[in-house]
Amino acid sequence: MKPEPLGAIAEGISSGAHPELPRPGARALTLKVAGGLAAWAALYAALPGLSKRAAALIVPGSPGTHLTAALEFFLYEAPKVLLLLALVVFGVGVIRSYFTPERTRAILAGKSEAAGNGLAAALGIVTPFCSCSAIPLFIGFLTAGVPLGATFSFLIAAPMVNEVALALLFGLFGWKVAALYLGTGLSIAIVAGWVIGRLRMEAHVEPWVFQMHLTDHGPAEGAVSWDDRVRHGLEAVKEIVGKVWPYLLAGIAVGAAIHGWVPENFMASIMGKGAWWSVPLAVMIGVPMYSNAAGIIPVVHALLEKGAALGTVLAFMMSVIALSLPEVIILRRVLRPALIGAFVGIVAVGIAVVGYLFNWLI
Amino acid sequence: MIQIEILGPGCSKCQVLYQRADEAAKALGVEYEIKKVTDIETIIGYGVMSTPALVVNGMVRLAGRVPTAEQLRGYLS
Repeated sequence: MKPEPLGAIAEGISSGAHPELPRPGARALTLKVAGGLAAWAALYAALPGLSKRAAALIVPGSPGTHLTAALEFFLYEAPKVLLLLALVVFGVGVIRSYFTPERTRAILAGKSEAAGNGLAAALGIVTPFCSCSAIPLFIGFLTAGVPLGATFSFLIAAPMVNEVALALLFGLFGWKVAALYLGTGLSIAIVAGWVIGRLRMEAHVEPWVFQMHLTDHGPAEGAVSWDDRVRHGLEAVKEIVGKVWPYLLAGIAVGAAIHGWVPENFMASIMGKGAWWSVPLAVMIGVPMYSNAAGIIPVVHALLEKGAALGTVLAFMMSVIALSLPEVIILRRVLRPALIGAFVGIVAVGIAVVGYLFNWLI
Repeated sequence: MIQIEILGPGCSKCQVLYQRADEAAKALGVEYEIKKVTDIETIIGYGVMSTPALVVNGMVRLAGRVPTAEQLRGYLS
């Protein structure tokens, strides 16, 4: 067995798995990941000093100008948020390797209504899900006997509570806001799913959905080793961070400009607590918009700094990532307009309630 | 003769899986036929809930992710 080069994490991803053989490289991969985590912690700790020095090198001279304020902001926030993002995405990637849609469906089928919605929302966060397979998943759940309400709790939580938003909120606002986002996102998914279940809207699902035949010969699952799970996490980092970093940098650059040039409290009159109409307006603008959390949260952060109210800004962010026009168009294939309307309306109202709640609480 | 089907509505991962499966089958040097399945009813008929999925000779081998080239050779042979 040829020794693997040190630090070649990328190679660890591309080299295939040999489940039938004992792998001498298995411990090496775990060691590499441990080394990577240590390097991560050291870099994270050194970041404030490094970014100040880098900013001073690029723009020598007087600190405190608009340009240096913006530059320092960018040079500190961009690497910090990228580091946090990589860590959270890795962790969630490893956790997701324990879940498959098939297993989640088996857990949810035949659960009572109350337990079902909560469980479905929680599983929506940890089950690997891509909006492009929303339709087969929706049909697969319903035909297996998962209640309509629980299916919606899952479908609402999956995009709404996502690891990218969680990492960014944690990095830019701290753990309290991240925890609030997690808690309220889950609550909206649970309550909205419960309401849809109570409305008994099964008749508004396209009838062909229920005529689909459920077959049990889904993918055969082999044993998954710890090594495969670590690889799964690394693949998630490569895929997600590789996809969102340009949006993230663009968002932080816009945020940096707002940070450096827009006067304090500028946003207070438009998106501040005093303007009651700001929450519904933010939701109405956000619902049809489709953007990923990486692009929107840094801007949101900068707006907040200039006096916009947290609830308003959070409502805007949630409506952008949880509901979107492309998603509604996809769902129209299996849902009749009345049910689509109920779904969008209930989730939007839930988000607005959360917005008001935050404005009132904080 | 191997029958390979790639199930998925046409997202970017489905394209990647199609290409990789095509390459892997070529590399194996066997006779094969590969096609894309985008029809939802057929996808559901295979019991698949997450796409892309790989079907070899009518058996679902994998769903919801894109395997490495080496894993693909294992699924195909």
